[in-house]
Amino acid sequence: MKFEYQRPATLEAALKFLAAAGGDCAPLAGGTDLLVMIQEGLVGPRTVLDISRLEELKNIREEDGRIEIGALVSHGRAAAAKLLREKAALLVESCLQIGSPQIRASGTIGGNLVMASPSGDTIPALYALGAGVVLKSVTGTRTVAIEDFFTGVKKSVRRPDELLTAIVFPAPEPSARGFYNKLGQRKALAIAKVSVAALVTRKGEKVEKVRIALGAVAPTVIRAPRTEEYLAGRKLDPETIAAARSLCAGESRAITDLRSTAGYRDRMAGLLLARGLEDLL
Amino acid sequence: MKKIKLDITVNGVKHSLKVDPNLRLLDLLREELDLTGTKEGCGIGECGACTVILDGKAVNSCLILAGQCAGREIVTIEGLSDGEKLHPLQQAFLDHGAVQCGFCTPGMILSAAALLHANPAPTEDEIRVAISGNLCRCTGYTQIVEAVQAAAGKDKGDWWLQI
Repeated sequence: MKFEYQRPATLEAALKFLAAAGGDCAPLAGGTDLLVMIQEGLVGPRTVLDISRLEELKNIREEDGRIEIGALVSHGRAAAAKLLREKAALLVESCLQIGSPQIRASGTIGGNLVMASPSGDTIPALYALGAGVVLKSVTGTRTVAIEDFFTGVKKSVRRPDELLTAIVFPAPEPSARGFYNKLGQRKALAIAKVSVAALVTRKGEKVEKVRIALGAVAPTVIRAPRTEEYLAGRKLDPETIAAARSLCAGESRAITDLRSTAGYRDRMAGLLLARGLEDLL
Repeated sequence: MKKIKLDITVNGVKHSLKVDPNLRLLDLLREELDLTGTKEGCGIGECGACTVILDGKAVNSCLILAGQCAGREIVTIEGLSDGEKLHPLQQAFLDHGAVQCGFCTPGMILSAAALLHANPAPTEDEIRVAISGNLCRCTGYTQIVEAVQAAAGKDKGDWWLQI
């Protein structure tokens, strides 16, 4: 590991440094992925820009019906935050599925998105919540819908001069219920073979709105639009759930790799959805 | 590579150092401060042998740069005992046969100490989650969980707050 190390004191200084570095600079948030990638020679930045101490990116707040999570909030802190436990339990569940307590103490919400892995645990939950990603540079701020943020495996629209500074999403209606279900080799420190998140809003007995996201079954996390459309307006009962299960398996576009096989992943995508929906009955 | 200046507190002792920018906390502890109780297993955050406590939380010292620890407090396994007097967790590990080869033990004990620091009366499930980032390949986990339970029950005082 050979690199220069910079630790700017403010976000403004960090953005200026990034703008001047011209791309050969890796922002370090929690370091739980970046330092592994550097050690394994997958990336070799000239400079590591340590943003891990920027307190201004560590807030969790709700304002005018919008919840904002600073990019440097650790998964452990997010999982313990009262606001998120009450209003975004599926995001809390996804944070608790990451790595181990040690990884969750260091790894950050923003880092999980910037690494842009299709199996990143928080990503399906944030799709289901309809989140936006805030990107800042010296030239300005833009908010990108999370579904437009990822462009492929480990690829996103973040420019080298930009920092992901926050995640925002509308506070779910009080009646909304969600879940994040993950299948991994074991309970801790396992990358998802497949994962499913959903947020369901019901009116009376019927599903009014549902957003479903599938992880690790395509180059990016994907929605399951046909399953969503089928569920809208229906009452959640065992028959409806069984139909949604097979539709969802059909929308999964998994591949076979060292973690699992395509057919198994597709079927498990359906099963993980069905289990989550059953828990809402 | 330009060296960086670093003030850190390890086991209650303040250090002012100049270190290489690529130095991991693990290397700082083992190579610069001779605290070799912290072990390197996998080096990629999967085994937990390098676990230390940073500002009250268990972390993998192989995945943290020394520079990130400027101004912060670190506790290693060497910081738990009071001279020859073992920390109740250390004593409980001995009493319950929770140690065989010992390589995972420092990390395991520090994960448990961080848990008891935050939650003095954990359930068995909470203990199992707390040590889920620490691999043991010879003792198995039953004795380790029993040791943590015994340490948590033994002393209702605030010894774990002193870590």
